[in-house]
Amino acid sequence: MSQPVTATPSPKLERWRSVLNFDNRYLAPVLITCILIVGHLSFGILESYEKTALAIAVSIFAEIALGKIIYGTWPHLASAYITGISVGILLRSPAAWPFGLCSAISITSKYVLRIRDRHIWNPSNFGICAMLFLAGDKVASLSIQWGNNLWPMILIWLLGSVIVWRLRRFHITATYVAAFFLFAFLRSSITGSPLQAEIAPITGPMYQLFIFFMITDPKTTVRSKLGRCIVVIMVAMVETVLRLNEVVYAPYYALFIVGPTALLLENWLDWYKQRGHTGGSGIGS
Amino acid sequence: MTEALVARRRVLLSIFFVGLLAAPIFLKQPSAFRGVGSETDARSSALSRYGFFLEEVAHSANIDFVHHAPVLDAKLAPIMPEIASMGASVSIVDYDRDGWPDIYVVDSRDGGKNALYHNLRDGTFKDVAAELGIANLNRSGSGVSTGAVWGDYDNDGYEDLLLIKWGRPELYHNDQGRGFTRATEEAGLPSWINANTAVWLDFDGDGLLDLFIGGYYSEDVDLWHVTTTKIMPESFEYAKNGGRKYLFRNLGQGRFEEVSEKLGIDSRRWSLAAGSADLRGSGHPDLFIANDYGVSELYANDGTRFQEVGGQTGIGFAPKSGMSVAFGDILNSGRFAIYVSNISEEGILIQGNNLWVPKEGSSGKDLKYENLAGDFGVELGGWSFGAQFGDLNNDGNLDLFVTNGFVSLDKNRSYWYDFAKVAGGHSSIIADVKNWPAFDNRSLGGYQPKRLWINDGAGKFAEVARAVGVTETYDGRAVALADLWNRGVLDVIVANQNGPLLIYKNTVEPQNAWIEFELEGVTSNRSAIGAQVTLYWGGRLQVQEVSGGSGFAAQNQRRLHFGLGKSDRVDKAVIRWPSGKIQMIEEPAVRQLHKLKEPA
Repeated sequence: MSQPVTATPSPKLERWRSVLNFDNRYLAPVLITCILIVGHLSFGILESYEKTALAIAVSIFAEIALGKIIYGTWPHLASAYITGISVGILLRSPAAWPFGLCSAISITSKYVLRIRDRHIWNPSNFGICAMLFLAGDKVASLSIQWGNNLWPMILIWLLGSVIVWRLRRFHITATYVAAFFLFAFLRSSITGSPLQAEIAPITGPMYQLFIFFMITDPKTTVRSKLGRCIVVIMVAMVETVLRLNEVVYAPYYALFIVGPTALLLENWLDWYKQRGHTGGSGIGS
Repeated sequence: MTEALVARRRVLLSIFFVGLLAAPIFLKQPSAFRGVGSETDARSSALSRYGFFLEEVAHSANIDFVHHAPVLDAKLAPIMPEIASMGASVSIVDYDRDGWPDIYVVDSRDGGKNALYHNLRDGTFKDVAAELGIANLNRSGSGVSTGAVWGDYDNDGYEDLLLIKWGRPELYHNDQGRGFTRATEEAGLPSWINANTAVWLDFDGDGLLDLFIGGYYSEDVDLWHVTTTKIMPESFEYAKNGGRKYLFRNLGQGRFEEVSEKLGIDSRRWSLAAGSADLRGSGHPDLFIANDYGVSELYANDGTRFQEVGGQTGIGFAPKSGMSVAFGDILNSGRFAIYVSNISEEGILIQGNNLWVPKEGSSGKDLKYENLAGDFGVELGGWSFGAQFGDLNNDGNLDLFVTNGFVSLDKNRSYWYDFAKVAGGHSSIIADVKNWPAFDNRSLGGYQPKRLWINDGAGKFAEVARAVGVTETYDGRAVALADLWNRGVLDVIVANQNGPLLIYKNTVEPQNAWIEFELEGVTSNRSAIGAQVTLYWGGRLQVQEVSGGSGFAAQNQRRLHFGLGKSDRVDKAVIRWPSGKIQMIEEPAVRQLHKLKEPA
């Protein structure tokens, strides 16, 4: 355990600290905005300004409307902003409606698919999977790399790592990346495919969003640090099974399957422990 | 808020959520991936419903040409089917000026023979390439053919042959239809270009045809003797390590000067198709380049220099896999829309083809385009390649024929997963062939039907390929349109990669009238490439421009074909020659070809 700081900081230092110590909830939006700006200014990653704006607008509007209708409160919009941008970057479609619909599905899923007042799917993961399942002939997901310049990629990896570390979720990202490389090696051994080919996906922007935003989502990860590490190893494992079956969007689907399963298991364990204490009945009783 | 109220709202929200999940069913237009019409529609049904019917007649026309892909360096073997996936080409030329269109097709195999099918006027053709000296052009060490465009570069009245290759480009002078003489050395063409596109145009308006050639692989790559396996694009959307571009200014006397960089064309994107037309009404031909692995480029021509205006016109924003360029006045508004084909594969990659339509109120230097492919219904083709506009049913509106299909091998095994996996990787991975999983006889975007969209003239196209007789699923590359038998209808010629050349003979509802123009420049280049004809009839107008190459590795017939619908009268035809001269023909007779010479 670290020792408490006893020295009194100078007023100047305090001012700087107050500037730097802004609400942690803004860190992720700042990072994803950086990814958007760097990616677009470097390579023009956006399908279009209008479609991205639509995804963000629908996401925020849905969050406000549903938060007010269901809970009667004004919700914090950081999460909706991230969802909107994720949809804007990750979804690819010549049509505009999939962007709005995907955002609407993503946000609504948070309010509908809940267990013990907690949503169990990462919203954008759910929304994008839903669109790929339901409108596969109209949408695809970002599956290309950004270009030959390493610097934007390095910048995003560094910035992303610092921010998830600051949010105390770096262990999730690091564990997943390590597991990905191990399973890539395994896949290469099984299929005879070049190792570089198996590693290739993680060097693309889709994975950067997946690693920094989807799998680290505080609302849809289990409570214990060890549990989170086990969950992302399971995600990488299921992803490998899907990849061995040539599923293009394996990481999305793996998280779609493993994430809620882990939360349900955690809920069940909570209930089991609670029942052990009280000798009582089930969830919700 | 009471718990009961919250619960009630949750129920309503759940219903709303189910509605959202069901929404794609209602929002999706009929899928182009499935909506390919009925196979059972008979000729009479197609004629009555769509006004035309296509019948594949290559064999009975004595054409049994089959294209062969190249076999490249063994170091490229793991993904040879992907790399050696282009080369099939078709161009239409009346090489002997007998008034009947002939067909030139190329092979891409070492030692394979190109063919020039001379039109025998009786429904059949005869291959005369060997006797005229333009068959055996795929000799080992010189590369293999990937396309051909015809233009009368010395204004002697006979169309000359520019052959592009993954290898040494060749210029052949047409000796009055009796033979061809190699003119490559005198022209000063480079020793090697890995080219997939070339266009004749008179960019400086001096009456001599100039030449654009676009490189795909870098010109220092000899695909038969690679020194490195790092020959692939550095990115699948932002690649700039392709072949350079060449603009050859015609100096006369069969000599050319390379001026691309000097005049503002300095790009190393991976060009697959180019087209030239006066898009801004400046009187000078602009140049549109469709690039694979990146954005398209539009070079605005002021008569002395080119300026890349893709970004400011809107066509250079979203990177795709441009593979074809076709111009057409699809709204009969006197302005060209531009169709660029791309890749769409259900659930994997939905780029959608682009239909760039000029924005209302924008013109000249402020010209802006918007992609209306989705609105017009011509967005999803498949792995699309060559596309051409032409009025196939003579109803007065330009229709659209699009070829599709990339690599058709084992029908039951797909390379898509491996392709998508590596294409998402960093340049250091994807640029190197040896990092790619072996193709292993799998298909990639293979066995895809063609699309034939007919235009209702009001902004909607309907897909009718199967219904009108286009049912094959070879890997289509080039498509060209020509009135092969001088009947006043456009026939369709399709060159397939590793597949047969197909000739679709068109039968059109006879009530629909037509008119054709064959132009010959005097002050302007003799091929009249760049001349525009604006036709006025029945309160409608349509503009067409004589082209020096369009689509993918293709060239339509030189003459311009207009369908007129039920009108039996044309008010006037206004010809704007490349020299700037304007010629007006009052009430030209319909149902006939008009041969016009540029007035002195």
